[in-house]
Amino acid sequence: MARTATAPGAPTTRLGKAGHAVDEQLTVAPWLRRTLNKVYPDHWSFLLGEIALYSFLILLLSGTYLTFFFDASMQEVVYEGSYAPLRGVEMSAAYDSTLQLSFDVRGGLFMRQLHHWAALLFVASIVVHLLRIFFTGAFRRPRETNWLIGVVMLVLALLMGVTGYSLPDDLLSGTGLRIISAILLSVPVIGTWAHFAVFNGDYVGTEIIGRFYIAHVLIIPAILLALIALHLIILVKQKHTQFPGAGRTEHNVVGNRLFPTFAAKATGLVFIVFGVCAALGGLVQINPVWLWGPYNPAQVSAGSQPDWYIGFLDGSTRIFPPWDIELPGDYNIPALFWPTVVIAGLMFTLLALYPVIERKMTGDTAPHHLLQRPRDVPVRTSLGAMALTFYLWLMVAGGNDLIADKFDISLNAMTWVGRIGVIILPAIAYMVTYRICLGLQQHDREVLEHGIETGVIRRLPSGEFIEVHQPLGPVDEHGHGQLAYGGAPVPKRMNQVGGARRAIRGFFSPIEEPAQVELEQRREGRGLAAGEDRELTSSGRPADGGRPSDGGRPQEPRD
Amino acid sequence: MTTRDTRPGSTGGADVPDTLYGGPDDDYTPEQLAAMSRQDLDRLGARYDGVEIMHVDPGPEPGSNLERRAVRQVGTVFALAGLFAFLFVVVYVGSGWFLPDWQWDITEGGWSALFTPLLGLFMGLSLLCVGLGLVLFTKKLLPHETAVQDKHDGSHFDRVTAGATLVGGWHNSGLARRKLITRSLALMGGGVGLMLIMPLGGLIKNPNKGNPLGTTSWAEGVRLLRDDGSPIRPGDQEPGSLETVFPAVPGGNREADAATMLIRLRPEQVLENEPREGQADFSFGDYVAYSKICTHAGCPVSLYEQETSRILCPCHQSQFDVTQGAKPVFGPATRALPQLPIGVDDEGFFVARSDYIEAVGPTYWNRERI
Repeated sequence: MARTATAPGAPTTRLGKAGHAVDEQLTVAPWLRRTLNKVYPDHWSFLLGEIALYSFLILLLSGTYLTFFFDASMQEVVYEGSYAPLRGVEMSAAYDSTLQLSFDVRGGLFMRQLHHWAALLFVASIVVHLLRIFFTGAFRRPRETNWLIGVVMLVLALLMGVTGYSLPDDLLSGTGLRIISAILLSVPVIGTWAHFAVFNGDYVGTEIIGRFYIAHVLIIPAILLALIALHLIILVKQKHTQFPGAGRTEHNVVGNRLFPTFAAKATGLVFIVFGVCAALGGLVQINPVWLWGPYNPAQVSAGSQPDWYIGFLDGSTRIFPPWDIELPGDYNIPALFWPTVVIAGLMFTLLALYPVIERKMTGDTAPHHLLQRPRDVPVRTSLGAMALTFYLWLMVAGGNDLIADKFDISLNAMTWVGRIGVIILPAIAYMVTYRICLGLQQHDREVLEHGIETGVIRRLPSGEFIEVHQPLGPVDEHGHGQLAYGGAPVPKRMNQVGGARRAIRGFFSPIEEPAQVELEQRREGRGLAAGEDRELTSSGRPADGGRPSDGGRPQEPRD
Repeated sequence: MTTRDTRPGSTGGADVPDTLYGGPDDDYTPEQLAAMSRQDLDRLGARYDGVEIMHVDPGPEPGSNLERRAVRQVGTVFALAGLFAFLFVVVYVGSGWFLPDWQWDITEGGWSALFTPLLGLFMGLSLLCVGLGLVLFTKKLLPHETAVQDKHDGSHFDRVTAGATLVGGWHNSGLARRKLITRSLALMGGGVGLMLIMPLGGLIKNPNKGNPLGTTSWAEGVRLLRDDGSPIRPGDQEPGSLETVFPAVPGGNREADAATMLIRLRPEQVLENEPREGQADFSFGDYVAYSKICTHAGCPVSLYEQETSRILCPCHQSQFDVTQGAKPVFGPATRALPQLPIGVDDEGFFVARSDYIEAVGPTYWNRERI
């Protein structure tokens, strides 16, 4: 399609010409326009997944930097670096190179800590993102596939964490490695074979750091990267869910176009996440491996704790009773198998299957693009609260020695608190959450039916006092609101329905003319100025229902 | 179906695009498009993508106080980002040049202790400012528009036609009838798949060969050495004390499973000592030796509380009573710590009388059979 410079609509600027030239080569204009025009709904909770994505980006960048210096070898060497207290000590090359990286590479310690903080943020944002998806029902059809991919990515993120913090081969991570070895051994029938395949022999051997390294820097990240791509492609294809609200339906997305608003906000978030990780990485020390010393199978530091996301497994292991199962033929299933392999396996399987389970239980197979408020699905919300309580309680149990130490409680008592709590607390959480959900639902219905409490008390001619309520919409002859609940937040204070004009802008001194704001607000029917032509009606309580002559009729407000 | 017989290369004819080519170009001539404003073009394109711009809240009026203030804010924040970035570079490059050396030094905490925090502070502030600037820019200076995009749940037409193409291809292949091919394909698939994962067999090692899980370097006559390699005589330890000992073999003090606790019981502990059945003679005088590797998850049990005779594992808080054959008394461990039979050699140093008679360390499936 040759165009001449004089053709109508032909670009005149240099940038425009360049754009046309690119499109002649690649024909990207339709795709580009579709992408720029794509609408993204706007809600803070939709940024959680983005935070996970951006921290993964930081992990890739900082991790690549670390590989320039790290040596994943268990070869014994003698440390000769600049950290004096360990000079002359025998250690593995992995630990030695971690120390070199921390003390003899300019900015190396900063990058290592940045990487570790970004890893913690990565897992944390995945978990919070998952909770948002769960509690708002965003996993419902057609998004079950993406939910499943997300759960797999969470498991991979945990594996990333475990393989990553085992690499320095310090005393703390070595203890973790020993426990991983014991967990592998505890698997019935194939345990010892699995252990010998992973460790290339008995614990600890000479291969495990190298194998963890390749899993950590190549195998798992490659799978994660592929799954992230798939996750995002499906997200773009299916379009984002949105909360119910004005103009929002199952068949549209209301929000901002990608360009420029969403793109600018997302780019801003990238930098904010990066900035937070950088600040933490420099200012807040994390995993000072030089203090733990090199790994030695005969030593351990008191109060050994894994990173937070493994804490729940540590807790379940601590509180599980000593129940070996002896089988005929001198075989046995070790107690360690249940709180680690079985609990973790069950938790993640249930999580992965939850959308299917809910679909089977409710029989709801319709596609959904509008989100639900947690209060409107009390059973799911309560199940979530129950699972979360179980998880958090295990995490607390994982720190029971610290709690016992700080609060001077018997360690054995703490173990028993953990055991009893893990059975009772989830049930309590379920019941409490259920009641809270119902209460919130009822309050929404109450406001829709009877209006917002205005705080205005009126005395009737009969001497009775009533509180005046502001209905949210048209009322019937009893003064009861006729609006149905639509799944969106119900305004509960007068300010939310324009009871007051907005605040004058300006931090220390006003930068607007108050009078102009007043005028502008009056035009929009907000604020005190507009209140003169607004209607306030009776309390709308059931007691007033018997007096149609009074309730529901527009009345003059008294100031 | 017609062939495109108008194309050159088939039967000749003019090289013109067919009717499917143009799309919107047929609806809007270049002249029409040239007559439209940029905003109209933007809206028009958006409508083609199923997007309707419902409401635009324009940004602050050009030249207004509000705009000047917002521009000042955003500009300041971006400038700060640049400034902090330069400070990062100064700290990074300048340390050891015109600033004190950054390298860790045991004698002074000064600059070397500040180097990493300063890097983090400046990079963090710089990047946070970039992000903050972008957010402020979007919120305060860009117009806020509300757009609505249609969402479709998939079309029946697409499903049916795509299905027809797929099934048609399958049908044409005749694989449903040509059983020999399907069967050989199944064999091929299984064979090739197996072949490709076979090399993973290199990872498999037999854990039962030579019993590596059940043995350590302890053997008859092997001395008990401290971590520094010195041997121990009876009487070297105070009653009630614990010493970690290793077998006197090369690399014995780095061996994963050999670490052993040599404990000298106090007289009252000796009185109440109830060794495990058949292991009464494993001790030597008031000395007993137990494996240091926890039978639960393999951590070194290292906290010995003399008054209660308990050994605590710091990992999962299993507790073992040394006066009852190190049997577990609390926590998740199920088995007693294995006891090492000890004696004294001709020179009066402690030696092992044999290896442990059971596997040390965590329990596994066939432990009892080894």
